[in-house]
Amino acid sequence: MVVLGQFIEVLIGGLLAGVLYSLVALGFVLIFKASGVFNFAQGAMVLLAGLALVRSLDFLAARGVPMWAAIVLGLLFAAVVMAITAALIQKLVLGPLVNQSDLSLFMATIGITFVLEGAGQMIFGSDVYPLSLFPTDAWFVLDGLFEGGLLVNKLDVWGGLIAGALVAGLAIFFQRTKTGRALRAVADDHAAAESVGIPITWIWFVVWLVAGLVALVAATVWGTKLGVQFSIVFLALKALPVLIIGGFTSVPGAIVGGLIVGAGEKIAEVYLGQQIGGGIEYWFAYVLALAVLLVRPQGLFGERIIERI
Amino acid sequence: MLRKTLAAATAATAVLSGAGFVLSAGPAMAQNEQFIPRLVYRTGAYAPNGIPFANGAADYITMLNERDGGINGVKLVMEECETGYATDKGVECYERLKAKGPTGAAYFSPLSTGITFALTEKAPGDKMPILTLGYGRSDSRNGAVFAWNFIAVGSYWTAADIAIQHVAKELGGFDKLKGKKISLVYHDSPYGKEPIPALEVRAKKDGFIFKAIPVTHPGVEQKSQWLAIRQDRPDYVLLWGWGVMNSTSIKEAAAVAYPRDKMLGVWWSGAEPDVIPAGDQAKGYKALLLQHPAGKFGVHGDIEKHVYAKGQGVGKDTNGQVLYNRGLIDSLIGTEAIRTAQAKFGNKPLTGEQVRWGFENLNLTAERIKQLGFEGMLKPIKFSCADHQGADEGRVHQWDGKEWKIISDFYSADRSVVDPLVKEVSAKYAAEKNITPRDCSKEQ
Repeated sequence: MVVLGQFIEVLIGGLLAGVLYSLVALGFVLIFKASGVFNFAQGAMVLLAGLALVRSLDFLAARGVPMWAAIVLGLLFAAVVMAITAALIQKLVLGPLVNQSDLSLFMATIGITFVLEGAGQMIFGSDVYPLSLFPTDAWFVLDGLFEGGLLVNKLDVWGGLIAGALVAGLAIFFQRTKTGRALRAVADDHAAAESVGIPITWIWFVVWLVAGLVALVAATVWGTKLGVQFSIVFLALKALPVLIIGGFTSVPGAIVGGLIVGAGEKIAEVYLGQQIGGGIEYWFAYVLALAVLLVRPQGLFGERIIERI
Repeated sequence: MLRKTLAAATAATAVLSGAGFVLSAGPAMAQNEQFIPRLVYRTGAYAPNGIPFANGAADYITMLNERDGGINGVKLVMEECETGYATDKGVECYERLKAKGPTGAAYFSPLSTGITFALTEKAPGDKMPILTLGYGRSDSRNGAVFAWNFIAVGSYWTAADIAIQHVAKELGGFDKLKGKKISLVYHDSPYGKEPIPALEVRAKKDGFIFKAIPVTHPGVEQKSQWLAIRQDRPDYVLLWGWGVMNSTSIKEAAAVAYPRDKMLGVWWSGAEPDVIPAGDQAKGYKALLLQHPAGKFGVHGDIEKHVYAKGQGVGKDTNGQVLYNRGLIDSLIGTEAIRTAQAKFGNKPLTGEQVRWGFENLNLTAERIKQLGFEGMLKPIKFSCADHQGADEGRVHQWDGKEWKIISDFYSADRSVVDPLVKEVSAKYAAEKNITPRDCSKEQ
């Protein structure tokens, strides 16, 4: 019973941790789905959004603004920062690169990554800034059944609820709104979409704005977990296997991919890692991704693209 | 297209690992200036810990220039190079700065065990002393083999030994260690792995069950490790982290209800950036002290008067923090080595080789430490050809939610445990690298 309890605890912890990866992966999916660009800067966007939020919160709290008002104003300020960032990226980087190859656009996002990292730290600072928007303690459930109960972290549960709400909202946005359908049209073919009157510059601004807002949501959860700091950019590397498994074009895929990666890496670390020295979870996620890539290159939920010559 | 994108994404992950750049281009060097390069990380994942250390080191050198006009009339010129804690960038900074100034760099202080490992291979050829204050290769204490390394004040083997001594004291004696479980949660890097041999020796000697649990850089995800700890229920957890890993460990410990007062960090896991982000969850957490605590001492008054009052300096915000104070000591030892070398070679800019002699003959007595404004921060340090560490003491402090409180007297590492390891591992290194150890009885 003890062994079963431990396994269930690791499984639950892994699944919930995976949902937190999905929060970051969703931003990648949005931009890829809408523009065909793999946005390497998504991790840096989470950092920038988190820094803007936490620094404005600190600024307002120090001036006696009530916490609820500081949170609302802080979120608004961070959203404005992400909107300005989206506008600048569209105007200065993506606009001039319309109709260039996907690889050129991808390389441009690497440049954006370093600019956002550097500018974010220069403007808002490079310290660790604590953020406490959600509870971080744990529940110990089924105490009667398993000795010591099963540990469920409250922050992880909040992350799961937020991810669920995001997926529902994004699904409605893509399927039911005019802008969402326009985004999908642009993703299929920039030039064709432009020829039927879809304003491509506006669409790209919108998609980067939405990705920026998703980054802000991810920053609230990850900032509470780690404190807002530079290391948040490394989440981009945790999101990559999630995307490979779930598919680059699927919002639900990002969630399922996250669950598989989270559960897989935690079980591997706890049960396999102890046998071979530990420290395997970071690369084990990529082993899972590689396995999926070999069998189903477009990911479990991704669109299969057939290019005819 | 998707596959191409993935391939490019994989390649780009390497790029993400950090960009190194020189922060400040130094002015044209005059002939009577001693050049001191500073390898720092003010950006990146480890910046919250790198910044206060860099500030302390820089402010002390500025203070010497402002208060004394340098060292015996030789002005000190400093230049920072950003490493981002990345070994490749550290080596790049070293290569760029080693020959700068009228006589080249005086010494290097990498603040990274990984960079130290890399520079250890280069230092003998370049005749360049490497100062590693409380970090780096523990076997480099043996100056007969590691002529150019100075692992000042303490090594990770010293730290591991002191940690076990403190645990034994809390349990009521060394005999109480038998059968106890002690786990090490460590940064999976040369730094984090360094204490393992010493802890294995102590486990064998004292009869406790030792388990090493690695955490992958940078340490943002540790759920598996702490779930395993929850299952295993060790009596104590030693923490060998750096940067975000430390506060994440404390938070994860709180999440699995592991008592914080049963956690004991190394001296690189016991500063303000390690506990403040964890908030109240860090209350009760303990860490080793590399002798010095947080707070202000005589030297801080001099910095206030001669640096900050003149609108200079870089570390006013971090002044008095644990890592700021460690940065002060780093520059203290480096500049006192220069002063010692000047007594032999003359009051002029010196080469790295001459400064190495200064390190090896450095003798900071209690009286001299008091004179320099470090009384209460440091105990006497004396290097020699055979001993490039110079001291063995450490203490323990505990975070009360607002500040660090010292909770122990000085411990002295058990040389009967540490010395055989130093001898064995340094001899192995000498054999691998074909180094003939110096005969220290003939050195002066």
